[in-house]
Amino acid sequence: MIGGLFIYNHKGEVLISRVYRDDIGRNAVDAFRVNVIHARQQVRSPVTNIARTSFFHVKRSNIWLAAVTKQNVNAAMVFEFLYKMCDVMAAYFGKVSEENIKNNFVLIYELLDEILDFGYPQNSETGALKTFITQQGIKGQTKEEQSQITSQVTGQIGWRREGIKYRRNELFLDVLESVNLLMSPQGQVLSAHVSGRVVMKSYLSGMPECKFGMNDKIVIDKAGKGGVTDEVGKSDLGGGGSTSGKQSIAIDDCTFNQCVRLSKFDSERSISFIPPDGEYELMRYRTTKDIILPFRVIPLVREVGRTKLEVKVVIKSNFKPSLLAQKIEVRIPTPLNTSGVQVICMKGKAKYKASENAIVWKIKRMAGMKESQISAEIELLPTNDKKKWARPPISMNFEVPFAPSGLKVRYLKVFESKLNYSDHDVVKWVRYIGRSGIYETRC
Amino acid sequence: MTDSKYFTTTKKGEIFELKAELNSDKKEKKKEAVKKVIASMTVGKDVSALFPDVVNCMQTDNLELKKLVYLYLMNYAKSQPDMAIMAVNTFVKDCEDPNPLIRALAVRTMGCIRVDKITEYLCEPLRKCLKDEDPYVRKTAAVCVAKLHDINAQLVEDQGFLDTLKDLISDSNPMVVANAVAALSEIAESHPNSNLLDLNPQSINKLLTALNECTEWGQIFILDCLANYTPRDDRESQSICERVTPRLSHANSAVVLSAVKVLMKFMEMLPKDLDYYGTLLKKLAPPLVTLLSAEPELQYVALRNINLIVQKRPEILKHEMKVFFVKYNDPIYVKLEKLDIMIRLASQANIAQVLAELKEYATEVDVDFVRKAVRAIGRCAIKVEQSAERCVSTLLDLIQTKVNYVVQEAIVVIKDIFRKYPNKYESVIATLCENLDSLDEPEARAAMIWIVGEYAERIDNADELLESFLEGFHDESTQVQLQLLTAIVKLFLKKPTETQELVQQVLSLATQDSDNPDLRDRGYIYWRLLSTDPVAAKEVVLAEKPLISEETDLIEPTLLEELICHIGTLASVYHKPPSAFVEGSRGVMHKRLPARTGSGEGTECPDVGNAAGGSAPEAAPSIIPSQGDLLGDLLNLDLAPPTTTGPTPSTSGMQMGGMDLLGGGLDSLMDESEPPHVPLQTDPPQSPSPQPPSPVYTHTDYTYTDYSHTDSPPDHSSTEHSPPAELGGDIGGSPAMGAGFGAAPTVMPASLNAPVGGGLGDLFDLGGGVGMPMGAYIPPKTVWLPAMKAKGLEISGTFARRAGVIQMELVLTNKAMSVMTDFAIQFNRNSFGLAPAGPLQVLTPLGPNQTIEVSLPLSTVGPVMKMDPLNNLQVAVKNNIDVFYFSCQYPISMLFVEDGKMERQVFLATWKDIPNDNESQFQIQDCHLNSEAASNKLQGSNIFTIAKRTVEGQDMLYMSIKLSNGIWVLAELKVQAGNPNYTISLKCRAPEVSQCVFQCYEAVLKN
Repeated sequence: MIGGLFIYNHKGEVLISRVYRDDIGRNAVDAFRVNVIHARQQVRSPVTNIARTSFFHVKRSNIWLAAVTKQNVNAAMVFEFLYKMCDVMAAYFGKVSEENIKNNFVLIYELLDEILDFGYPQNSETGALKTFITQQGIKGQTKEEQSQITSQVTGQIGWRREGIKYRRNELFLDVLESVNLLMSPQGQVLSAHVSGRVVMKSYLSGMPECKFGMNDKIVIDKAGKGGVTDEVGKSDLGGGGSTSGKQSIAIDDCTFNQCVRLSKFDSERSISFIPPDGEYELMRYRTTKDIILPFRVIPLVREVGRTKLEVKVVIKSNFKPSLLAQKIEVRIPTPLNTSGVQVICMKGKAKYKASENAIVWKIKRMAGMKESQISAEIELLPTNDKKKWARPPISMNFEVPFAPSGLKVRYLKVFESKLNYSDHDVVKWVRYIGRSGIYETRC
Repeated sequence: MTDSKYFTTTKKGEIFELKAELNSDKKEKKKEAVKKVIASMTVGKDVSALFPDVVNCMQTDNLELKKLVYLYLMNYAKSQPDMAIMAVNTFVKDCEDPNPLIRALAVRTMGCIRVDKITEYLCEPLRKCLKDEDPYVRKTAAVCVAKLHDINAQLVEDQGFLDTLKDLISDSNPMVVANAVAALSEIAESHPNSNLLDLNPQSINKLLTALNECTEWGQIFILDCLANYTPRDDRESQSICERVTPRLSHANSAVVLSAVKVLMKFMEMLPKDLDYYGTLLKKLAPPLVTLLSAEPELQYVALRNINLIVQKRPEILKHEMKVFFVKYNDPIYVKLEKLDIMIRLASQANIAQVLAELKEYATEVDVDFVRKAVRAIGRCAIKVEQSAERCVSTLLDLIQTKVNYVVQEAIVVIKDIFRKYPNKYESVIATLCENLDSLDEPEARAAMIWIVGEYAERIDNADELLESFLEGFHDESTQVQLQLLTAIVKLFLKKPTETQELVQQVLSLATQDSDNPDLRDRGYIYWRLLSTDPVAAKEVVLAEKPLISEETDLIEPTLLEELICHIGTLASVYHKPPSAFVEGSRGVMHKRLPARTGSGEGTECPDVGNAAGGSAPEAAPSIIPSQGDLLGDLLNLDLAPPTTTGPTPSTSGMQMGGMDLLGGGLDSLMDESEPPHVPLQTDPPQSPSPQPPSPVYTHTDYTYTDYSHTDSPPDHSSTEHSPPAELGGDIGGSPAMGAGFGAAPTVMPASLNAPVGGGLGDLFDLGGGVGMPMGAYIPPKTVWLPAMKAKGLEISGTFARRAGVIQMELVLTNKAMSVMTDFAIQFNRNSFGLAPAGPLQVLTPLGPNQTIEVSLPLSTVGPVMKMDPLNNLQVAVKNNIDVFYFSCQYPISMLFVEDGKMERQVFLATWKDIPNDNESQFQIQDCHLNSEAASNKLQGSNIFTIAKRTVEGQDMLYMSIKLSNGIWVLAELKVQAGNPNYTISLKCRAPEVSQCVFQCYEAVLKN
């Protein structure tokens, strides 16, 4: 298991060092600094073995987190734990930065003591942790309160405490998708997928039982066969306005927050859970079929002699004309030996950024089924470097108000038998946002 | 809050100030002071001097302060054990506190204080806490048992904590169950045979129930534990799989990977024609793909695992090629791994796409990545025949870019393509030749030279080209020199008239002006070959070469099976068994996939079949189990002569297994048909970097082994080929010769009389400075069993190694009055698994006063158990009168194998990698040999001198030895002229053998 955990600043100074196992000595701290943080070469692997000791590291801005072990540990678990550690710290004191860590080092030690015992990760849900690691000490708790805390930390529903009350029961659902594309210069889709998340903010009293439904092909086909009435019509959570009129989508794979009963999903494909309080990620999913690609990029690069390049890029929006895409940015890479650029664009603003070796073209808004174009002349310094310019792909950023996968929320039902409110009393909001992930077109 | 100020105190006299503050009356000031102390501790300052003052602050109701003091205690208690006792009272008191959080905190911290005296006091509170009413305390106490076990294993057993821990598996709280499982698994790892985690269908059912309810981490512990279970039959296996599959949708990647591990393992047992089997295969792909959208570090772990899964079950991901396409912004480690998997998944169906991608990658920035991409194109050509032409043209395009490293890499792979598809793409040679001047890497130069030599008849100016290389012959690296030598000989055989001068020149360069024995020997052999019989030379050198195989770079099957059992763990990231990077006994057990039990399926994969019941961990060849109850073992020897040997252990194993005590034999008998595990000695896990893009040759392809391996880092395949074997291969040039030589040299040093192919035997008489190795040292015969102890049978004997076979040479004398018949022999388990390789051949009855000499061949595949002394062998001999027991000691040099010569670089790296603690030094007195003679003498016993260095009149000989179980011993022998006392330092990963090895040195040198 994890033998020790160290946090360093960008210079390699130790901010936190907690050793759990005897086989890890103080020299391990230095070994990592010398061999990884101060290494001349770029990091070639997140797992480093130095003198029979393995170091796992992740970096957050300029903070290094390193877990150390001499055993054959579960590597995936160690990384998951390091991410979790970052999340927990962020939940307690905001950004994981050197200053914040120094200001909260006592708290961090307390957390490390609690969530890692002898190198074994323990309950690390911030909801539960915040009930008893408060930095204020445990003040005059009654016995009931104490046992409530421990039963929550070890309980089956470790992510939610009892006795939550809201005057107004409300929940917000965000369907956040990032659409990824790799396209050849000829417009052929080399790979495309949507990775989506359903993020929920719930402000519900008691221990509500929730059931979430979406237009998952498997469920709908089953329902159709069984003659069950489609619930889409009844739903008070009308879907977003995507262009396609298709009813259901094929989800390649999905993963759920630990509150979701996985065995129930496996057998009935229904998503039921008792939600944590506040904001959390309910599920992640991935689709690859019938993706709506909101934009098409058509590049044209022509080399005019040895010192000049002509670039023309057309972007076409491909969704309902009534919808507006926002924050559109097209990044056209330029060669390292660029000496000057002249740009003309029909819409938005375009600038050559020498430091980034790219022309950045920004458009604030653009409606669906429109087209816009940029053309640029790039002057090059003559070089005797034989190696050809590698032509990195043209990348694009945007945000659209629909789900490119076509996912729609059909319902989210809330049941709380003990308290006095029903599904109808809960105010529910849903919103769809599609963003660009890695959206690249080769040129 | 501005706690950061605590990090900035650097004043002198700080300790005194802190001391005063710690003893202050004001609570706030105290707390501030403790914080400062902890901050100093964090940055590495020694604040142990404050121990009593800090401990005094422990008695407080402020929990935050208490935790800080505990933190301090955990760090410094070990350095101040006496003072640490002061804290005990508080701990014991806290364990009784009404607040469960404080009880848990106390027991958690107490377990972290690794002071013997304290552990005694820990027992009572721990026992209470294990039965505490609060689950939070119980789950903490469960882990505490593992902590205590780490400090004092005996104590834990004596106090009965293990049983309490086992009871916790049935606890009502899932988190308690999970922690108990984690603790038990860890304890079980250090007791490989304890059967501590007694998994049975009932306990498995409990675990599966807890799996649905506990935290994500708990689920990982449980799944990892489940993976160690072997279901009884395919039905049980299926029902477990069904209950584990829902975990594939968990958000935590580690839960997913651990679930994949369980499924991959249990799937082995399912019959392939079962519907469920197909369903399961389909269910595995999506979660694996989803792992690739995790954070890059997790992607890396996932990719390394997918690499294994793809090798084991290619069908799972065969349609998912696209997800492995490299993204421009992927970190380099993700890129390299993806590339590896792309090649593995390449097939006729997707080759066009793959090639387009690879071509794209070849223009990227990162040099390593580009090289690997170019190499990948070559591998595609070899793997998918239909694509070869396109690959070649792609490579030619890349050569046109003139980017130096791209060109060199391309040439190296084109040479492989020539090997795979002879006489097909030679038209490109002209283009290759244009780039001759830009090649500066040995591998590329060697490849180019090979091409020129191989196709000399089609290249008009081949002689000029080769001659141009010859100018700087001595500055070239060995692989280039060797290749140049061979190429020029080929050229000469093809165009004898024009190139006579050239060949003479290269032969003299190689033989007379070179210090390199490999090169020199090869030169001599060519020389002799050419001068004796040019026709034969032509047949040998220009013979048709065997084609190279398609799939390369595959992980050896037994290792792969083991790694599949370690999915998700570091072993799967390093692609090395845990024993290669874990010290001590922990986690070095070899895991195996279970055998398929479905009807009629067993025969389908024999190597798995052999592992029947192989759930019990098999002892690794290099790991020696501790000595058990020897007497009991011996008494239960089954003295029926073994009817079969090595390769079919199942039958003989059954017989012996019947006599339970000798048993375990079934499991621990090594199956000879399985290649040995990667010897950890040769494979230092220094860099977990992806495997080097490895060459496209198979091992049997001796013609090429030289330049495929010399430059690549020592992977296990290269070390298996000792230089003599390579030499044999290299001169061969023909498959027949290659095989003849390849096999012969392995026995050559020991017995030169071994038949060496054809009339070439005399070639070895060339001498040329090659010292003639002498025969192996054989100790004189001694009496092992005096007649009076054995009812008239006297046995004396010795051990010898002849032609690579270990022989036990026995002299049986009948000193009794009656005739003896029905002889049989049996060995007890021993350190190196020595076992008779055949029955004891005493055919005729042994009359009174008759003597017979028998030689019994031994194998090293028998059951292994550590003996004391290490080379002790307990033998039972039976005849018609009775059964007799004796023990004898064999010289460990019997176990030195013929391919024990290490590559120089490997030697250096290994020497450095073995910790200095493992080094032992000995004196050999009164030895009057010079270093040369000593080296020759030692070589006779398979102790190979790798290098020699002379420093101030002192000769330092560096030697390597390989034992039959794969252990390497490295030695440094200091010989000073005129001084009869030698100093020898031995380094070995298993330092126990050093003493025995030293004894052999002494015996060999003095005889």
